[in-house]
Amino acid sequence: MRVAVHTEIAAPRQRVWDYIVDPHHHKDFMDGMTQWEVASAKHTGLGTRFSMRMRVGSVELGGLIEIVEFDPPCDMAWTSVTGVDHRGRWRLRPGNGECTDVELRVTYYAPGGILGSVADLVAWPIVRGHLQRSLQKLKPRLETRAERSRT
Amino acid sequence: MSSLLPTMRDEFERRDPDFIRQFLPILWLLASFWYRAEVRGLEKIPPEGPVLLVGNHSGGNMTPDTALFVLAFSAYFGAERPFYQLAHSLVLAMPALWWLRGFGTVTASPDNADKALRKGAALLVYPGGDYEVHRPTWESAKVDFDGRKGFLRTAHRDHVPLVPVVSIGGQETALFLSRGKRLARWLGLDRRFRLKVLPISLALPWGLNIGDMLGHLPLPAKITIQVLDPIDLRARFGPKPDWNVANQYVLGKMQKALTKLQSQRRLPIVG
Repeated sequence: MRVAVHTEIAAPRQRVWDYIVDPHHHKDFMDGMTQWEVASAKHTGLGTRFSMRMRVGSVELGGLIEIVEFDPPCDMAWTSVTGVDHRGRWRLRPGNGECTDVELRVTYYAPGGILGSVADLVAWPIVRGHLQRSLQKLKPRLETRAERSRT
Repeated sequence: MSSLLPTMRDEFERRDPDFIRQFLPILWLLASFWYRAEVRGLEKIPPEGPVLLVGNHSGGNMTPDTALFVLAFSAYFGAERPFYQLAHSLVLAMPALWWLRGFGTVTASPDNADKALRKGAALLVYPGGDYEVHRPTWESAKVDFDGRKGFLRTAHRDHVPLVPVVSIGGQETALFLSRGKRLARWLGLDRRFRLKVLPISLALPWGLNIGDMLGHLPLPAKITIQVLDPIDLRARFGPKPDWNVANQYVLGKMQKALTKLQSQRRLPIVG
């Protein structure tokens, strides 16, 4: 099941990139995220591992994830190592003027045949809601910073 | 009877993480939409190594608290983390419950508890067992282990943290009327099957339900589970604890947390 949400942020792409790759910021703006901790010697870049959890329905889902694509300031993608099978991607592209188009995608898969597919479907609006609210929280944080740096 | 009891051989090897992964979506649907479950405090469980999880048991033979906690634990730490649950030998002898083995359910015994913990696994035990799980609905917010203290000795002997887990709501999935202790004694169930109770309840679809041997359709009561802070029995009570004091301490913590959960409920079933 694939979920993708999108927004335009009035801040330079590099600033958006720097903010989202900093693991300290994730719990601040990622809605439903209960844990995002570095779980490898590296703290950023390709191969970095994080222990993450997100509340979906009754439980906190997650596990160990690994950054598998790291192309500053364009793309950062991860895949699950343990826990719920999923992939995710931050995709930053130049927008109008100083703006940045930000897309956050998550693809997940629940095993278990038909009931697994039902769980996938039922979880979709919950996951989408979390991702949408995350971008809504991210936007003012970066736009305020951009505003401050201009004045 | 002995032929009905599960063989002890390879009991631990029957746990299957892939099988657990297959079942998690079903449990997730059940937990999120039937029980509207809320599981709090999983981050308090040590992220690795052996740990003894001690819970109060609710919900009659359907024990929704177990299923929900197994889901929450496996979703949080991943099915890869070794995790076993102790269950009454009769439960594991029921053909319809074959799947419990895949989740890591093993026969309740002190030896199996030690074995699981020495393997470095997390182990879930319900010391109150059949006695507590069939308590009357109006005692829903009461922790009652029937004086059993073996779990304390296990955690102490194996040098593992004891993490209390309390849950509320399970006893509202039917109207539990009586444990039927006298009836069980009269029928000799304790001697023959290690059963101290023959519960009497009003439950779907049976109406009057005696024994709950075929289970029942649980009402969709909201279930809340709270994980408490780990307790290091050796650090707190020394190498030779007074078990009554230790028991009072652990049960006191659990009762306080359960009373608090109960106070947060506004209506039965609705939560």
